[in-house]
Amino acid sequence: MVRCFLIHTVCPVSALSAGESRVLYSRVFGPDEESERTPEERRLLQKEKIAAVARQVRSAVSLTREASGRVLVELVPGDEALALQDADSGVVRLRAGDPFSEEMSVLWLGVQSLGFTMVCEPHENLLLAEGTLRNLTRHCLEHLHMLGQGSEVLLRSTRIDVLLSRLLPHGQLLFLNHRFAQTLEKDVAAYMAM
Amino acid sequence: MYSHSSESLIQQAREIQEPELQKFYSRLVKLLQGKELGHETVDSLQRLYLILSATKYTRMLPSDLQKRLRSLLLSQSEQLQVLSAAVLRETLPLSGQEPNYNQENPAQLNSHATALLISQAVTRTDLSFFCAQLLRCLEGRPSESPAHSLLYILPVLNTILTHNPKCLTEDHVTLVSKKLVDWLRYASIVQGGGASSGRFFTGPRSRQPLPIAELDGTVSGDFFTVLCVGQGFTEDQWMNVYSFSMLRHWLLTYHSVSNGNTTVDAANRLQLSLSLSLSFSNDDRSEVDGSVVSMVSATSSSSRVLPPKERLREKAFQYCQRLIEQSNRKAHKKTDTELQKACLVEAVYILDCVCVEDASLVYRTFPSIKALFGRLSSDLLYARVLLPIAQFCLNHGELAAVDCDSMWKLVFGRFPAELFSDPFLAHELLRFLRLNLENIQLRVSQYTHFFPNLLKFLAWDSPAVVDDFVDLLPSLVTPGTTVELLHTLLDLPCLSATLVLQLRSACLPISEPGSRSLACLDAFRHSSSRGLFLFLLRGEAGSGDTIERLDDLHKLLAEAADWPRVIHCAQTVPVLLHIFFNTVVMVADETLLAHLILVMLERSSLLFNIPTYIKEIHRVFSCHLLRLCKLHPSLIMYQSHELLEFAGTTANVYTKEELYTHVP
Repeated sequence: MVRCFLIHTVCPVSALSAGESRVLYSRVFGPDEESERTPEERRLLQKEKIAAVARQVRSAVSLTREASGRVLVELVPGDEALALQDADSGVVRLRAGDPFSEEMSVLWLGVQSLGFTMVCEPHENLLLAEGTLRNLTRHCLEHLHMLGQGSEVLLRSTRIDVLLSRLLPHGQLLFLNHRFAQTLEKDVAAYMAM
Repeated sequence: MYSHSSESLIQQAREIQEPELQKFYSRLVKLLQGKELGHETVDSLQRLYLILSATKYTRMLPSDLQKRLRSLLLSQSEQLQVLSAAVLRETLPLSGQEPNYNQENPAQLNSHATALLISQAVTRTDLSFFCAQLLRCLEGRPSESPAHSLLYILPVLNTILTHNPKCLTEDHVTLVSKKLVDWLRYASIVQGGGASSGRFFTGPRSRQPLPIAELDGTVSGDFFTVLCVGQGFTEDQWMNVYSFSMLRHWLLTYHSVSNGNTTVDAANRLQLSLSLSLSFSNDDRSEVDGSVVSMVSATSSSSRVLPPKERLREKAFQYCQRLIEQSNRKAHKKTDTELQKACLVEAVYILDCVCVEDASLVYRTFPSIKALFGRLSSDLLYARVLLPIAQFCLNHGELAAVDCDSMWKLVFGRFPAELFSDPFLAHELLRFLRLNLENIQLRVSQYTHFFPNLLKFLAWDSPAVVDDFVDLLPSLVTPGTTVELLHTLLDLPCLSATLVLQLRSACLPISEPGSRSLACLDAFRHSSSRGLFLFLLRGEAGSGDTIERLDDLHKLLAEAADWPRVIHCAQTVPVLLHIFFNTVVMVADETLLAHLILVMLERSSLLFNIPTYIKEIHRVFSCHLLRLCKLHPSLIMYQSHELLEFAGTTANVYTKEELYTHVP
């Protein structure tokens, strides 16, 4: 299962210290593992875990970009396919306890100043996860016009919720051939048109 | 992409003052009282969501607003369902208003409301109750539930049992097993109606139902799987997809053999497999499953039906065999080719799983796994598919009396040597090693021999994999490899630079007109110095601890000393050296330790010149020299001359003093 999906900054943000990441969207799937605590504590812990993941990915993205020496090219709306093709990608291993109770594999895509991150449980099919992450990212870039200056990712977060509910329902990765995917994507597009 | 406007939206949301917030709540309640909920309501709800989610400290909502939001969860409009669920997720339920899991009827809930319910579940009892309700829905089909409701039941179940497998009773497990068998093996083999019919799923066309097709366009000759296509899909075909998507997790949760070790006695397993083969039955519909070659001939003619769990295992086996066959077809679309790969990975993992549970299946499985290996082993694009095959070999190769040698040559030889720059392969291969270390050390005698290849992953992308090597390095330290390993670790930054050169050399033409050429790239290609680089690029240990002309190599690579990749690598070496020395004291005898001390002393003035690198290595050396001498004072006697020389030249005053006090 996928434990969570998040979209966060991987570039410097002036209001934050270096290395920190601003989380623009996050979604955790399934029951909370911290069932011993009050609901308030649980929410706080969850936010902190997500922030920890975002920081780790931010670090991984900047180290990868530094090592490859590639220069980021400014992209505009319409360049979504190129943005995806050019995206940096990788995996971070999170040890058990840090911050989730089990070991996790964190897949990430770095598109310009944002990271699209998927935290996967052990025994997950990472090939399928990678494909799903790319697909989700492409949809987010297109449906939320993320290559522009707009803030739709914040103002239209329900679009991502609906996207996830079709392509990653309750954190379940799906083996979708192109026909199944098309049907689901049509469904999503119908929602986006509202 | 991330603009100033986004940042200021978040700041505003975080900094909203209480009076303004209360006014906003009141306005929203008024809006929600209206008959029609239009754009203003939706925008306000979205704004509310942003305000609540922007901070990690939870804000409470007034009870009348909460109540209205809860009723929106069951709205006809999906947008309102999603928004209310999103908002309620970011706040706390009113005390006394916590959901009663025993009463919630999943048939009336939608996917978003269900997700909220699950996220707020506190006790296992809550989840058990809810599971029971879900399964009642599953049982009660066909019913009048809205079209989508059945589809999300399997993902919901799957997410619940991740933490709480005990939420399902034995009866539940049996029920789900039966359903899974139906969906996996007996889904409709005709296409649903065309997409133009406008409905989500469609029954079979009334006239001339078309059969389903394979990904290469040919008509399907066998049961429906995720690799089958049609114009539209029936409900049970959708359930086929959802069932397969959760199958592995299900099998791991409820079917796994709970012994920790997989080194079960081969003779016992053989006996077990022979006795189980006799209880095999034919299922009703397919007499001879053409794609399965049964090597266990004693399938009985008795019509004893298998219990549900065993039946599911058998159907899972058949499904995976079919996927392997279907993956051989040339798909028309690239995304489908990628799906075929993912299906192969999943199929092999599931087969591994069912074979662990029932050893008789090994004989039936191995031929297709072997054929698959033969098909894919020469194609590096399928490297990630070969890792599950390696897992299968490791777990069952012995039972099937198969020589997995060519497999290990790939995994330890070709993959690190040629795919070191693939972060996903690196992650998966290293994970495979970590999870199976004991078994690998037992069965793959040449494992430690390949350390130069394995270290290529580390040299290429140290920050991403150093954690894996913290775990794996101790297993690579053996009396036979120690000295060469020490030299290799010290020269890891050089390997890093060389790998960059290797990749660049493959991409760039020999002479680039007008471009600035790297001196070290020229040296890499030049016959007089090529041998030095080739030593670093060796795949296996044993051809020498290091090279004579190490100094020359360092000079040739001088311009690489400020490459970020090389610097990242250099930063991880000290940590690994600590682990190395901590392990070495446990496996090495005094002679070997004496040799290592000599190496340390020699290398301390022969290190690749990255500014802080040399200092850090000296620090590590001093620490461990001291430790080794304290542990084995006699070493000081053997090496006293060299030690004094070292102490005389090193800048480490602390060490000098310690050494002088210890040397008699």
